[in-house]
Order: sequence, then C-alpha cells, then structure tokens
Amino acid sequence: MATASTPVPAALRTKRRREAARTAAFLSPWLIGFGVFFAYPLVSTVYFSFMKYDGFTAPTFNGLKNWDYVLNHYPSFWTGLGNTLWLVLVMVTLRVAFGLGIGLLITKVKTGAGFFRTAFYLPYLAPPVAATMAFAFLLNPGTGPVDHLLGELGLPQPGWFTDPDWSKPALTMLAMWGIGDLMVIFMAALLDVPREQYEAAELDGAGPLQKFRYVTFPNISPIVMFAVVTGVIQTMQYYTQAIVAGKVASGVIGGSGQQFEPGYPHGSTWTLPQMVYNLGFQRFDTGSACVVAVILFAISMAFTSLLLRRKSGFIDED
Amino acid sequence: MTLTSAVRLPVRAGSAAAKVARRRAALHWVAVHSLAIAAALFFLLPFVFVLLTSVMSDRQALTADLWPTEWHWGNYSKVWQTPGFLSWWRNTLLYAAAGTALTVVSSLPVAYALAKFRFRGRNLALMAVISMMMLPPQVTVIPMYLFWAKQLHLTGSLWPLIIPMAFGDAFSIFLLRQFLLTIPREYLEAARIDGCGDLRTLLRVVLPMAKPAIAAVALFQFFYCWNDYFGPQIYASENAGAWTLSYGLESFKGAHHTNWNLTMAATLLVTAPVLVLFFFAQKAFIEGVTLTGVKG
Repeated sequence: MATASTPVPAALRTKRRREAARTAAFLSPWLIGFGVFFAYPLVSTVYFSFMKYDGFTAPTFNGLKNWDYVLNHYPSFWTGLGNTLWLVLVMVTLRVAFGLGIGLLITKVKTGAGFFRTAFYLPYLAPPVAATMAFAFLLNPGTGPVDHLLGELGLPQPGWFTDPDWSKPALTMLAMWGIGDLMVIFMAALLDVPREQYEAAELDGAGPLQKFRYVTFPNISPIVMFAVVTGVIQTMQYYTQAIVAGKVASGVIGGSGQQFEPGYPHGSTWTLPQMVYNLGFQRFDTGSACVVAVILFAISMAFTSLLLRRKSGFIDED
Repeated sequence: MTLTSAVRLPVRAGSAAAKVARRRAALHWVAVHSLAIAAALFFLLPFVFVLLTSVMSDRQALTADLWPTEWHWGNYSKVWQTPGFLSWWRNTLLYAAAGTALTVVSSLPVAYALAKFRFRGRNLALMAVISMMMLPPQVTVIPMYLFWAKQLHLTGSLWPLIIPMAFGDAFSIFLLRQFLLTIPREYLEAARIDGCGDLRTLLRVVLPMAKPAIAAVALFQFFYCWNDYFGPQIYASENAGAWTLSYGLESFKGAHHTNWNLTMAATLLVTAPVLVLFFFAQKAFIEGVTLTGVKG
C-alpha cells in the first residue's frame, strides 16, 4: 500500500505495466473460458431457478415456486439426494479403503511387481460406458458368470442391477474394480514414507499394525484426505454408470427417443445429476432443473472449499 | 529382536534365528503373493469373461456357459459392419484429437503464468481453476445448451464440446502447474539473460522440460474425450451422424436385442484403443496420476 504513494521511477513503472500485460496475455485463453463457460452459466443457472421457463418461450419470473416444487412436491428429489448421499458415503469409503489396501499390497509384492501393477491398474482405463455394460453382463441374473459361480458354490444369487437392494452395491463394486487411480496415488505416497521412521519403530518393538498406525498413516494422511475429498466431489457427479446400468438392466435402450424408467429399478440408481438432465431435457422444466443444479453446486462447493484451505497443500503461501 | 538373541547366544543359535527369520520371510512372501493373485483375478477376470462371451455363438451367449464351444471371431466383423459404427469411430477420433490438441495449446501458457509469474490475484486465480475443475458439468449444462442451441446453432454436433477446449481446461492447467512449479527459477533467469522473451522461454526452455507432464495431460484429455458420455448425450444425441463410440455403444445393445456376444465384442472394440495407448505411454500416464495426488 505504502509503495503506491511513494513516487515510482518511470522505468520501473513501464516494466510493471509490461509485466501486467504479459500476465494477462498468458492467462487470456483461460480468462475468456472462465467468463463464458463458468461465470456466465453459473449466474444464469441461479437466475433461471427463479423463472418459469420451458427452454422455448420467454422466461417469466416465478418467485420461489420452482424451489417449493422441488423441495416439497417432487418426491424424486429426496430419493435422488438419498441415493447420491448413499453413494458418497459407501462408495467413497470403500474405494479409499480398498485403494489404500491395494496400494499397500503392491508395495509389498517382490515377484512380478510390474505384472501386478498393470493388472490392478487396467480396469481404471476401461471407458465407463463399456465397463458398465461389461458389469451388466457379468452380473446379469441367469446368464451372467458371477451368479453362475455363486450358484456353483451354493451361495445366494442376487439380482444385482435388477434388484433395488443390490443395484447400488453393484455400482459400488464397479467403482472398486476401477481403483487404479487411487492405487497409484497411494503407492507413490507409501514409497515416500521415510525408511528411518520404520526402522526406529522396529527398534521400539512395534508390530506391523502399530507401524501402520504410528508411522504409515500419519505420513500419508494428507493423501488420504485428498482422496476422500476428490472422491466425494466425483461421486456428487455420478451419472454415466448409473444411467447406463439402469438402461441396460431394464432392457430399454436404443438411442434417443425411447424413455426408460429413470433410476431403474425402483429409483434405486436415481442421482442428482440425472435429475438435472431429466427435468431440463426430457420434461422441459428448465426452472426446476436449475434449482437442482444450484443445490448440486452448493454441495460440491462445500467440499471443494476443503481443498482450497491453505493447509490442503493445493494453495501455497506467497 | 533377532539382533538381541543373536548377540546373546553365539554361533549355532544365531543360525537357528536366521532360519526362523528366513522361514518367516518366506511365509510373508507366500501370503503377499497369494493376496496379489486373488486381487489380480478380481481385476482381470471381467476382461476374460467379456472376451470369451464376445466370440460365442448367438445361442450360446444366452446360456450361463463360461467357455465358448465354437470360436466365432466373425462377431467382431459383424460389429464393425453395424450401421453407424464407423462414423462413431470417426467422430470419437475427431473429438479426442481436436480436443486434446486445443487443450494442450491453450492450457500450457496459463499453467506457466500461474506457476512462474508473480502477480496480484494469483492465488485467487488458482482457486478459481480448482473450483472449475471440481464443478459438476450438470450445474452449468442448461444455460450452456441454450447458448449453443440458440446463439450459435451448433447443437447436433460435437463442436459445443470441442470449442471450449480452446479456452483452457481446468484440470490440465492444474496438473501442468504442479509440474512447472518444480522447474528451478535459474533456468528461466538464464534464458532471460540470454535475451529470450517470455514466449520464447516458454517454447524453448520450459516446453522441452515439461514434456512428461504435457504427455500426461494429453493422455488424460484424450481418454476424457474418448470416454465422455454426458457431453455427446447433451449435444449430439439429436443427430445420429454426430454420435461417438461411448454414446453409440449404449444404443448398440438395443439394436442387437439380447445379443450379449456382439455387445461384448463392441465393448472390447471401444476399450481396446485406450488399452493400446496406455501400453505405449504407461510411464507418462502413471507419472501424471501421481502428480494429481500432489505434494503431501
């Protein structure tokens, strides 16, 4: 602040101005992108949430009616919110725990490490639509190999994607199959834990569990936190797998036009992002779709703000 | 513990302790590798079952059989000849190639400025990048659709998905910035003393050093486009000529009713390019994933 009032040499001033112009030039693609593809649609979404609008005729002010409709007269909203929260809770927890377990395992493997690392990583690469269709086949009651094998072992054969009690666990299993991203992140973090700390713990007579509890976990906890927060944000967006699984399992697929029971079976795979699509693009209730979009935004931002704290390691001190 | 016992009891007991330690190490090896084999089965068997089913006859694919009695490799050519399949390939390649190229070109200068320039509002800009990265696409999709449909009349094509990538992709900017932070300032100072302008420094000094990160960003973006389902569903679904593989694949089972064999063959044909690309660029990819996990 003080420097602003003291006279600045002309040469320095031109230099500063040139630096500002340079910064603006380098940032320019993103500055435009930020305005056109982020700020504008965000403001617009909030605006439409207070409008009666079908996407065709001119929007008219509707007060809080869309909000009242979504929260009080649209029971699917609470079903979708409940499913999304179920997935956030169960899927993220299991994925992080499983990813950490697989990461630990791969750091202990001595023989064929390269093979195992590739094998564990590959499913993460399968395109979501392809992976979901593969799982719809694998878990298909009657013809799928999974129920076939369960039957041979004399175990119960669930209906998976066709049973409302089993559809979300089936999606969770699909998400755990594609654990490669977390495995690599945890593997890198585990290899970074200083060896001396393990040796010191061993001298103190610590067993494997104690070593994990007092050495490994404190060292990797920032990465665990990172995995949880990004996992929550990703799961808030959970869309493709849920919609494809529902369509394939219900047997109603075939491009555009054909409608299928959203969230099949019995709304058990119905999530918030699907609601935006269904309300906005199939029922042409743009106003209500924007209400759901604003709620989705609010929840996601609440979790994003955890990443934006200085402590998170994402933002560095100047 | 082995150390203290070895010190206390000389020679013979010491070798006994070593034997115990060796046996324990062997048991540990067996336990770890059995677990690893079990995990490998969980991750790989789905691929195997899908492959086996994809070559079954139409009739056998409807049974619970695991092993094909006859191997119908012709199923793959049947899938290939499905109306539309070739144009889905073309569209997907165009989307992925153009999207990747635009993303890299537009994101690198932004990442460089965020990593190496000192300016007011830098942290704010970084926070904005992270917020964009974390934003569910469904939040902004309605105004964006109206924008592309009513202002620019470009819906029914993939352009509404490709064009925004010329304006920086938040995830790519973030990943590139993380990498560029690790380039020592001295290199940039040296370039300046040699009379390089900022753009020349970026192209001649930073670009060659950042090749691994750029490769990782390019791969991620290529896979993102290849896998994208929501985008093509919103913007391209109304025009079957603009469909991509991920979007078309879903309609595939509809067209072939319950032909799991053809559906699984199509699934593998969509997955194969991604796997091939991964095997060629494995190192860059793994390094990229590690970079996103950031400094602890």
